[in-house]
Amino acid sequence: MRFSGLRVLKEGLTGNRGWAPHWRDPEPKTEYDIVIIGGGGHGLSTAYYLAKEHGLTNVAVLEKGYLGGGNVGRNTTIVRANYFLEGNSQFYSHSLKLWEGLEEDLNYNVMHSQRGIINLFHSDGQRDAAARRGNMMISQGDDAILLGRDELRGMLPYLNYDNLRFPIYGGLYHPRGGTARHDAVAWGYARGADSRGVDLIQNCEVTGIDIKNGKVTGVQTTRGAIRARKIAMVVAGRSSQVAAMAGMRLPIESHVLQAFVTEGLKPCIDHVVTFGMGHFYISQSDKGGLVFGGDIDFYASYAARGNLPTVENVMEAGMALMPMIGKARVLRSWGGIMDMSPDGSPIIDKTHVEGLYLNCGWNYGGFKAVPGSGHVFAHLIATDTYHENATGFRLDRFRTGRGIIDEEGKGSQHNLH
Amino acid sequence: MRITCPLCGERDRREFYYKGHALELNRPTPDAGEEAWDAYVYTRENPAGETRDLWYHEGGCGAWVVVTRNTVTHEVLATELARGVRR
Repeated sequence: MRFSGLRVLKEGLTGNRGWAPHWRDPEPKTEYDIVIIGGGGHGLSTAYYLAKEHGLTNVAVLEKGYLGGGNVGRNTTIVRANYFLEGNSQFYSHSLKLWEGLEEDLNYNVMHSQRGIINLFHSDGQRDAAARRGNMMISQGDDAILLGRDELRGMLPYLNYDNLRFPIYGGLYHPRGGTARHDAVAWGYARGADSRGVDLIQNCEVTGIDIKNGKVTGVQTTRGAIRARKIAMVVAGRSSQVAAMAGMRLPIESHVLQAFVTEGLKPCIDHVVTFGMGHFYISQSDKGGLVFGGDIDFYASYAARGNLPTVENVMEAGMALMPMIGKARVLRSWGGIMDMSPDGSPIIDKTHVEGLYLNCGWNYGGFKAVPGSGHVFAHLIATDTYHENATGFRLDRFRTGRGIIDEEGKGSQHNLH
Repeated sequence: MRITCPLCGERDRREFYYKGHALELNRPTPDAGEEAWDAYVYTRENPAGETRDLWYHEGGCGAWVVVTRNTVTHEVLATELARGVRR
């Protein structure tokens, strides 16, 4: 079933009776070439690119709940490629390029909106850092424009420019950044993978990973044993538990990150805007809700909800930046469980077990990476070599100290990111 | 979440700074080897359930406290002074 304007028109005029389910609900087979553990954004995009780029379709995605029910549905939907460091910058640049062709590629409306991201700065030092970051983005082939205070006022008139503590000096504008509809990204990849023959198995929790002579042979699940030659763990939020089934102990600490949405309002925030002092980022959804978030709660947690001090902190940051937000009523808040890695960058690598692959550690930034992560992870699984844009996300970089990717320059240990 | 400081009593979570898992109290010797240091600095059991972690009563008496708590429910089960735990 292909989507088109004509099809939407026809269905609209005939009572929408012609739409069919977007993917099958197959029984698990007893054996696959590749089993992907985790039916979130990254797992589904990995399956899609395995089928599309490498012709590997004897693949199952095992999801313990329902497709896209984890972090791909619990984020603030921001898509960007404004990274600075070697290792990160080419990867996120690669991912953004995939985003830009995604809707045509998937024949699915993921509502990718390149409305632009503006990172504000509040001091001369921050302006220098923003200019330097912008130059790195440009040299990577992406776009960045340094905006002064007056230019910014024309674009974002609602900010509190003269806050005594945090005056706004300007912003780094990344026009190709923006947002996308989070659920649709998961659904689009699911539909694309399924139509190429990948089995998407829901309500199927992996309870064990079978290893023989240092090689994977399959998984145990709540729906029976499944044999596989290769197994990919893509379960950010539960990475430590799944990796423990293979005897691994990961450099990951799980934290809860909260996000918020207000009641639907008329259009008022046209871009994605980030505060340069408090950790605060905001955009307006197509339904009109202001979607915003801040820092993690800063203690290990698996609760998909946070505590009030962080709520208060995020609201205060919002009020300091744009006092108009005080008139909006918060509709709901939620929490997602983040895999926090010591240097704040992800891990996409092989493991000490032959045929077992790991994708985890997405910290605050998993959503924008969904296309890139799946693309390079599929490459790794299919060819056993690193994709040229993802050679830096190595699991052993912490133990050896080589190749740490500390984007924020904070140091590489838990509790710093 | 409220944490009971062994010296000050039950306090708001905001008075405390979070350090990480209590294994950080057991620093390996300098010659313990890469494996031991990796396990100390980087890798974590990261349990979904009961854990023991290290909090600093920054906004109170300045004590380091080992908190036994549940990472799924946020229930605080027990607290003790870190100096009594350190080997």
